[in-house]
Amino acid sequence: MPVELSAARKALEGVPAEPGAPKPDPIVKGSNILRTFGGLKAVDVEHIEIQRGVITALIGPNGAGKTTLFNLLTGFDEPDEGDWSFNDHTLGKVPAYKVARLGMVRTFQLTKVLSKLKVIENMRLGATGQRGEKFWSAPFKSLWSSQEDEITARADALLERFKLDAKREDFAGSLSGGQRKLLEMARALMVDPELIMLDEPMAGVNPALKQSLLGHVKSLRDEGRTVLFVEHDMDMVRDISDWVIVMAQGQIVAEGTPQSVMADQRVIDAYLGAHHDTDITEVDLAELEIEAEAELDQEGTS
Amino acid sequence: MDFGTVIDAAFSAALGPQAIVFALAAIGLNVHFGYTGLLNFGQAGFMAIAAFGLAVSVVTWDLSFWLGLVIALGASVLLALVLGVPTLRLRADYLAIVTIATSEILRLIFGAVEFKDTFGGSNGLTGFASTYRDLNPYNSGLDIGVVSFSVNDLWSITVGWTLVGLGCLLVWALMRSPWGRVLKSIREDEDAVRSLGKNVFAYKMQALVLGGIFGGIAGIFHILKQGSAVPTDFNTTFTFYAYAALLIGGAARVLGPVVGSIVFWFLIAGLGSFFGQATSGTDPLIPDFIMTNTQSSLIRFILLGLGLMLLMIFRPQGIFGDRREIAIDAR
Repeated sequence: MPVELSAARKALEGVPAEPGAPKPDPIVKGSNILRTFGGLKAVDVEHIEIQRGVITALIGPNGAGKTTLFNLLTGFDEPDEGDWSFNDHTLGKVPAYKVARLGMVRTFQLTKVLSKLKVIENMRLGATGQRGEKFWSAPFKSLWSSQEDEITARADALLERFKLDAKREDFAGSLSGGQRKLLEMARALMVDPELIMLDEPMAGVNPALKQSLLGHVKSLRDEGRTVLFVEHDMDMVRDISDWVIVMAQGQIVAEGTPQSVMADQRVIDAYLGAHHDTDITEVDLAELEIEAEAELDQEGTS
Repeated sequence: MDFGTVIDAAFSAALGPQAIVFALAAIGLNVHFGYTGLLNFGQAGFMAIAAFGLAVSVVTWDLSFWLGLVIALGASVLLALVLGVPTLRLRADYLAIVTIATSEILRLIFGAVEFKDTFGGSNGLTGFASTYRDLNPYNSGLDIGVVSFSVNDLWSITVGWTLVGLGCLLVWALMRSPWGRVLKSIREDEDAVRSLGKNVFAYKMQALVLGGIFGGIAGIFHILKQGSAVPTDFNTTFTFYAYAALLIGGAARVLGPVVGSIVFWFLIAGLGSFFGQATSGTDPLIPDFIMTNTQSSLIRFILLGLGLMLLMIFRPQGIFGDRREIAIDAR
């Protein structure tokens, strides 16, 4: 839906490409978030805002604090300092399950499908506000069976959308890595989240499935959800994100549209490397080798 | 060699009160370990606190039998809460350490000389079961050839298997529900469940309390069927026999713990009787230089250990378990 796309981009048009830039309609807003592990400042974010209804990518080198920030925002970790809000609910030391109920749902870098449960049971688990999940009403099927039917119908629709309907009755442990990513995403949608946070959705997914996964992520935005994702796959970031936030050593070092960020010299230095947008040829490799040797020589003499 | 005696001993134990006690305790462990993945190594503690809750209420405090039952079950619920609050937020192994330690502490307190006036010391308490015995509608025992039960045992069997049946019905109804689905998911991966908006701590606590109540019922039944509450009955081997029964039957299956307990006691009592006879008399079946009569009572536990090992290797899911649920390797 190109109209929606331009709306998302248009909303971000006037936003300055600088770290911690204020957004016109932020769904998440945080200040002075600090999380240390021993002496290491894993996350030290001065200010962060996530625009509603767009796809924001969070990139940065390994150890930049992306996943830690994810864990903090979703209540899986507690900050040393700082607070943030989600839709004007102040969060900070709110437990993960409450964060999820507010409509902020995450997936995991290493997929967490429940492998000894069937695919459809994985999906049903995702629905919130189930009467049958209360101890006293659980033994009496008549109290929850109608709701269970509604949940199952929703789950089946999502399985079909994510092309997992053929796997409905299989144990989730029998799925491939890519299918697990799809199942996790579909299951998160059972919560009906406003903001969905994907931790490396492309990791370990074969190229054939990548395109369909990209399509699914875009469709999340097109149905009005906000997406925040961590990714190392630069093609994906370039392809689908409306805004990019770059982290390095726990801090936000750059922000902007994918085009502007990828052209930013600091980002290239910190993360991408000078040759990020060219295919590496043998000539390049030879050049790189010469460069590397020269650097080594310098280090040796200094 | 009288095989009639062997069969009678095996069936009497497998269908009698002893198997019922283990079935009830193992149903509780099934809720804890089989469905929720909670490693409770202190089921004997839940049994002990309920058993002495009843005995102390009736004997020491002179309360009514029925109020004693309420206090006994309340005590096992309280124990679950006290153990759960600090440990359920931690990794699973902490619960295992804390529960096994607590069950030992309770057993030693109940048997301590210092508290003899309350708990009766190492001899325990007697004289609380009269209300239970008075309710017995039977006039005579049962003897149908292969099994025989006394009039008291017959009453205990009626009450006990009814309790087991009701317990299984409750577990079945709970585990087919969305509530049971959450428990099974917690067993798989807590964080995934949390990320979907479920209060994992509350569910684990509910499971711990429910399984603890089954342990409590087992403890109450145990002292009622024998008419005395003795602290040494509640040592840690009790918990591990209950685990053995659960694993034989198949964890995370409604009837697993029940069938497991029946099989466990059938084998223990049958083998005990067999080896006892085979080594006694002037010309024993098994000569003295292989096994003496005193050794014969222990050989069944050696065989039990061997059997458990073979079970874990060749049929880890137990009699009833679903191979697929075990065979799929998540990592």
